[in-house]
Amino acid sequence: MFAIEIQGLSKDYAVGFWKKQLRPALKPLNLAVRTGETFGFLGPNGAGKTTTLKLLMSIVSPTSGTATILGKSFLDPEVKRRIGFLPEQPYFYDYLSAPELLDYYARLSGVSLETRKQKIDGLLKRVGLGDVGNRQLRKFSKGMLQRVGIAQAIIHDPEVIFLDEPMSGLDPLGRHEVRELIQGLKDEGKTIFFSTHILSDAEALCDRVAVIHKGELRGIGAINDIRTSVAGRSEVIWDGAHALSAVSGLLIESHVTGETVRGIVRSEDIDSLLDQLRRQRARLISVTPLHGTLEEYFLARTSEQEKVIS
Amino acid sequence: MISRLTAITLNTFREAVRDRVLYNLILFVLLLVASAPLFGQISIGMERLILVNVGLSSISLFGVIIAIFIGIGLVSKEIEKKTLYTILSRPVRRWEFILGKYLGLIMTLVVNTALMTVGFYIALMFTNGLHKTDALLLLAIYFTVLQFLIVTALTVLFSTFSSPIFSAIFAFALFVIGTFAEDLKNFAAISKGAAKLLATAAAYVMPNFASLNIIAQTAHDQGVDGRLILFNTLYALLYSASAVAAAVLIFERRNLK
Repeated sequence: MFAIEIQGLSKDYAVGFWKKQLRPALKPLNLAVRTGETFGFLGPNGAGKTTTLKLLMSIVSPTSGTATILGKSFLDPEVKRRIGFLPEQPYFYDYLSAPELLDYYARLSGVSLETRKQKIDGLLKRVGLGDVGNRQLRKFSKGMLQRVGIAQAIIHDPEVIFLDEPMSGLDPLGRHEVRELIQGLKDEGKTIFFSTHILSDAEALCDRVAVIHKGELRGIGAINDIRTSVAGRSEVIWDGAHALSAVSGLLIESHVTGETVRGIVRSEDIDSLLDQLRRQRARLISVTPLHGTLEEYFLARTSEQEKVIS
Repeated sequence: MISRLTAITLNTFREAVRDRVLYNLILFVLLLVASAPLFGQISIGMERLILVNVGLSSISLFGVIIAIFIGIGLVSKEIEKKTLYTILSRPVRRWEFILGKYLGLIMTLVVNTALMTVGFYIALMFTNGLHKTDALLLLAIYFTVLQFLIVTALTVLFSTFSSPIFSAIFAFALFVIGTFAEDLKNFAAISKGAAKLLATAAAYVMPNFASLNIIAQTAHDQGVDGRLILFNTLYALLYSASAVAAAVLIFERRNLK
């Protein structure tokens, strides 16, 4: 069951003085996010991540294509009761206090007075703002505003949560806290779709990621598959530099430090390499399969040459 | 729907109330009203007339200034600061947003005018004592509120497609033109050919604030025809509803970058 299905969604902006020139911000995008999944939408700045989210929130209208959220058209206002959204670098009504802001947003989402009264204090505590009282938001730090932003996105207990760059501009502590909050939502079984260009966050939180670059989907895959994909390569370390000449044909690369050799070898060549090392009476120290990193995957998908959609 | 509309209306009102500019304006107009008796001393026996003119004109002018200066940012500020993103990602229709913002500003103006009216009547009581005919002044204030309905609707309309500065210029220009609406009608009556057509069209399209201004009439204790109250009310409601509807139509189609 998919929580979000995007079918050919695209957006062109008219630019220039006469607005006759079209600049594609998002080329037709096809994407599906499973229910309960934490999905990372990765891309460098200006890749089309925010445009995709604005389209899904019907803040801008699509040039073509459509999408469904929880099985209904993304344009259906009733769907919006069941989704939460944190915009990038959110700005809230700074004349309000945090409880007032949450009460306002909860009202707009149709939450009853009784539920609002019950939930607001607890939610503020949950996002680490239990002690802010009635202080106006204009006196909040950026990290505090981000936490208020997350609180407003979940005040109505949505099933699907969209977060646009939730960690951007936060210090390491703030990032950690926001990461913990997202992990908590994930543990509750919420479907989370979040855009980011901070790969370590995506790696820590996501089940699957998509890479978008210049308005085009460049790759999509499960984090575990990406980690194991690289490579089919292993790192072999041994003592005995004299054996190097006998095995050099099997190695992709090698580094020698004194008597210790570190070599990279294709997985299918490991047995041959180990046989040779035994024959040469070299002392084996370790054999470690190499894992791919999300960074490698990201860089490969966003480089100009690589345009394969896997 | 009603709950969302009420929430947006009350939030707009709360924003205005917490805006220091509003307090300054109230303070300023109260000072002006309080100083009116001083003008009265210049011309003996004219205290009431001058106080009524100065007081009611101040209420009208400051209301229009508040309507325009808050109105121009009503929608554009929400777009610029992106607060609208978190609103439109909820089950809020765009027309509900526009109407809620409009009603919020109207509520602000009504409360503001009510406060000024209280101040004005207090000044009147101390200057001249209160008389039965002073009740007529409330009608002039009611017509002033009808003016606010139109000015606010026009400002909100401009605010959906224009920058705050241009919205302010357009709204002020229309307010000035509307104040001289009767002259425009007279000009249409005496002109010929294309000029007559244009002037007539302009006289009907432009808001007519002249017929909503009965300050001078009430200051001289002249009565007001009951039909004028009905027609002015209907006119203000229809004109402002049309302007708000146009604002909704534009805003529904707008891409918010």
